Amino acid sequence: MTTARFLKARDIAPWLEELSTAYTVLAPARHGDTVVFRDFNPANGIDMEHLSATPAKKALLPPCETLFEYKTTKTEEPPYKTAIELHPTLPEGKVLVFGARPCDARAMQIFDRVYDGNQARDPYYTARRNNATIVTLACDHQEETCFCDRVGGSPVDATGSDVLLTPLKAGYVAEALTDKGETLLNSTTFMKADGLKQEALNARHKMLEQVPDRSSFLDMERNLLSLFSDLGFWDKTAQACLSCGACTYLCPTCYCFNITDESHGDSGKRIRTWDNCMSSQFTLEGSGHNPRPTKAHRMRNRIGHKFSYYPQLHDKTLACVGCGRCISNCPVSFDIRNAVACAIQQADAAREHAHD
Amino acid sequence: MTNNPPNVYLPDMATIVEVVQETPAIKTFRVVLNSEERMRAFHFEPGQVGQLSVLGVGESTFVINSPPTRKEFLQFSVMKVGELTGHLHKLKAGDQIGVRAPLGNHFPYASMKGKNIVFIGGGIGMAPLRTLLLFMLDNRADYGDITLLYGARSPRDMAFGYEVEEWLQRNDMRTVLTVDNGTPEWQHKVGLIPNVLKEINPGPENTVAVTCGPPIMIKFTVQALQELGFDDEQVVTTLEKRMKCGVGICGRCNIGTSYVCKDGPVYTLAQLKQLPAEM
Ligand SMILES: Cc1cc2nc3c(=O)[nH]c(=O)nc-3n(C[C@H](O)[C@H](O)[C@H](O)COP(=O)(O)OP(=O)(O)OC[C@H]3O[C@@H](n4cnc5c(N)ncnc54)[C@H](O)[C@@H]3O)c2cc1C
Ligand code: SF4
Ligand code: SF4
Ligand code: FES
Repeated sequence: MTTARFLKARDIAPWLEELSTAYTVLAPARHGDTVVFRDFNPANGIDMEHLSATPAKKALLPPCETLFEYKTTKTEEPPYKTAIELHPTLPEGKVLVFGARPCDARAMQIFDRVYDGNQARDPYYTARRNNATIVTLACDHQEETCFCDRVGGSPVDATGSDVLLTPLKAGYVAEALTDKGETLLNSTTFMKADGLKQEALNARHKMLEQVPDRSSFLDMERNLLSLFSDLGFWDKTAQACLSCGACTYLCPTCYCFNITDESHGDSGKRIRTWDNCMSSQFTLEGSGHNPRPTKAHRMRNRIGHKFSYYPQLHDKTLACVGCGRCISNCPVSFDIRNAVACAIQQADAAREHAHD
Repeated sequence: MTNNPPNVYLPDMATIVEVVQETPAIKTFRVVLNSEERMRAFHFEPGQVGQLSVLGVGESTFVINSPPTRKEFLQFSVMKVGELTGHLHKLKAGDQIGVRAPLGNHFPYASMKGKNIVFIGGGIGMAPLRTLLLFMLDNRADYGDITLLYGARSPRDMAFGYEVEEWLQRNDMRTVLTVDNGTPEWQHKVGLIPNVLKEINPGPENTVAVTCGPPIMIKFTVQALQELGFDDEQVVTTLEKRMKCGVGICGRCNIGTSYVCKDGPVYTLAQLKQLPAEM
């Protein structure tokens, strides 16, 4: 396998237009001053330079989707009986994510273990996932806020991608990694380029050489665990946080949702929407009791989930891909890297103390 | 990836066959799934829960508080605390309701065989205990002494009154009732559950304590049990968490690595001590 083709920069738009007949195409494009993933429209252009502010997760988990519709009918004669019919609305149609970054593609695999794992399967997610193709663009630089290298990834990692694009001078080497990817590369827009494979490999090596040598956040789930009872630590960590939840909405690995009903007379629908654990209402119980009453509790859960709970449940894979979106978009510049590094330090110190 | 997983979000439609007003705030709903086949195949264990839907309003979690040994209907007892429970309370026999069940784990009744059992229920927390108690009474020979301590705010807040009378009469179990605020007619104890528990003073020897109630009651009951010499493995409790999906996906109900909707709601104190303190 691994066919390689060459895609000239100016051929991207025509190619995506061609694909738009068969797929809903999501691509990074400008929206005002920010780059976001949006439905491809040639008029909006494509931004291949910047990491988008929003992740591509909506391709698999839309911010709002209908789970089923219902209709209530009453018998005409007394005693009036009600009947309720439910109509599930499973998603149809193929989606192509173009220009995902390696962190975005890896993030989708973090969803897979939860939504398409061994226990419960989410039929809506599974339908979208089976119909999704991911074309990933290898990064040629890291932003100051990027840290994929510290959480098990890399700026040129192809994990979870169907096609990997490597930028060269006048365009991109496209390598197929799956059957879905192979099919995509059959387009006549591409030029044959098996000879460019080596050049692409070299470019990726060069990128990797630029990645600074810094400590990894892997294998620390036990460290964090030892800090769980230290609410003082989390209190200090969460001090500036506004509980706005922006970090979770922009995070490619955050997948929590809410389920609510919307009714219109005799019919209506049950919908699910993104939700976030930084909000104080997330765990508020009917009785008024709240098991995560403070920011400290909620920050502990957010960081704990990404760096300890999830890895414990899923083969040590962290549920953070280091995209840095939560850092660059937090209104109070909360930096999850510092929080995690502090936690490691604190836990190490406590351990040494215990050995003295 | 499978192609057609069953739809875990789609409720079974069911018919309410009977509504019982238990207390001013609690109503019991007896429901039968509309599909005879689904009803016949419905299998659950004591302690498992379900999501009840009022279409157009939403879903909430309730224990199936009838025991699996009695299967003519599924019983849910609902305390009115907010929006969905308020709508549930308006429903009558013959009305339609959505049911997603059974969800979650169940009481470890097999490992409780041969042991003495102390039930300690507070308010609506009696609902899950009722399931297990009836199950044990239906398999009476499998268990040792059975003690029930049931507390409510006032005499009229005690649910399952019809059964409580019967339990008081039975000579194969001991039933102790208590209320926070008595009335002149009240024949039983007055006092908070943890205090009454210490008064009854059950021995920990070959005994399992099963408790459910509001978080604050559980907290002090657990302390009382520890003072009485119960160790962490001998205390079983069920937890309440706000739930949505009920199947371990939506991420709402976790305590550390444990998802109350699928790994719970039943835990031993030993298991809870392994998790962050987010009761
Ligand atoms: C495993 C399990 C088993 C359970 N078993 C039972 C049982 O057998 N019987 C039973 O009666 N209950 C049981 N419960 C509790 C039951 O699920 C809740 O009481 C119920 O979900 C409350 O639903 P509601 O929609 O009426 O409340 P809501 O309307 O959601 O809220 C009720 C109250 O909570 C507060 N509140 C909630 N949301 C907000 C908000 N957004 N803003 C401000 N305040 C808010 C308010 O005080 C409000 O009045 C169980 C729970 C669990 C997890
Ligand atoms: S974006 Fe920043 S302020 Fe908002 S919840 Fe996240 S950490 Fe807190
Ligand atoms: S936690 Fe922050 S850095 Fe990690 S994946 Fe989410 S948004 Fe990116
Ligand atoms: S209720 Fe959704 S994960 Fe438990």
